[in-house]
Amino acid sequence: MEQKNELVVCQGLTKVYGGTRALDNLNLNLERGRFIGLLGPNGSGKTTAIKLLCGLIQPTGGMVTIDGAQPGIHTHSVVSYLPDRAYLSDWMKVCDLIAFFADFYTDFDRVKANDMLSALDISPLARLKTLSKGTKEKVQLILTMSRKAQLFLLDEPIGGVDPAARDYILNTILSNYSEDASVILSTHLIADIERVLDEVVFLKNGVMTLHESVDAIREEHGKSVDMLFREVFAC
Amino acid sequence: MQWQLRGDRPIYQQLMEQLIEQIVSGQLGAGARVPPVRELAAEAGVNPNTMQRALADLEREGLMYTNRTSGRYVTEDKMMIDKVREQIASERIAEFLAGMSQLGFSEQEIVALLEKRRKEARDNGAEK
Repeated sequence: MEQKNELVVCQGLTKVYGGTRALDNLNLNLERGRFIGLLGPNGSGKTTAIKLLCGLIQPTGGMVTIDGAQPGIHTHSVVSYLPDRAYLSDWMKVCDLIAFFADFYTDFDRVKANDMLSALDISPLARLKTLSKGTKEKVQLILTMSRKAQLFLLDEPIGGVDPAARDYILNTILSNYSEDASVILSTHLIADIERVLDEVVFLKNGVMTLHESVDAIREEHGKSVDMLFREVFAC
Repeated sequence: MQWQLRGDRPIYQQLMEQLIEQIVSGQLGAGARVPPVRELAAEAGVNPNTMQRALADLEREGLMYTNRTSGRYVTEDKMMIDKVREQIASERIAEFLAGMSQLGFSEQEIVALLEKRRKEARDNGAEK
């Protein structure tokens, strides 16, 4: 199959909940091999956008394709998604989860997962229930990043994780995503992540207000993305 | 190598400056092999694409070149490196002078201060 450079294409993507336009006419093309930050204040539509890309919810209008296909069986096999909440059964042991993921996804790399677990000092025999909130998040992220997917959708992956582990995790994401894969990551912790991002997307009340590379923003505005964000979204 | 990145300027520019500093200081000397992009990016904690851009710009400026089969190297042109080194030095001196004149020092006073400092350093050295 011909490899198109466009990994994600959104055309007029819209999601309405009752009277609220959670996502309003999003037109966005994302290439392969990029690390994209999806930034916006609470309730700006970040999670809605990610869920639409996953096919977890259906758009009210417009459409999205990933690797040339609409969300469905094909995209599930190339998209690795990290939800913004704990979703794993907490009676399971970490090693059970690894086996579970390895059964479920053909692109799951057990060796990689175990390497990351040992680097973060997480015992494979620990039951999820007994782990702290931050450690649970690390486990989820490890499972998500251990796939050889083309698109990683990470919804608030580093919020509950301490700064030292945050650095490790960011470096892990960086070294794991390959040239034909992209990462979309939503977060509020812009200062921590902007040095690793290629480009950023700003969402405000469901509308995309900016899509630009990090260095272009710094060149144009003479300030970091973090500072620009504080300015644009000042309350 | 410690990488320091500030918020107000493009990251690739700061990476370039710090790579140039490594080259002129000899840490990454003339003709030396440049580590792989991913390695450098991981070390600096930046996106590989950004590091790639910094390296490509250094190539464009002639400070590095790529050998198709064996990777990327620092230029062997020592004259060129010296020229860049002097250029950076004169920029730093200009910065220093500007800062001192803002504090109200005249050029003579600055030279006198530098003399004094050199003498002190020499005396301290003699004691040891």
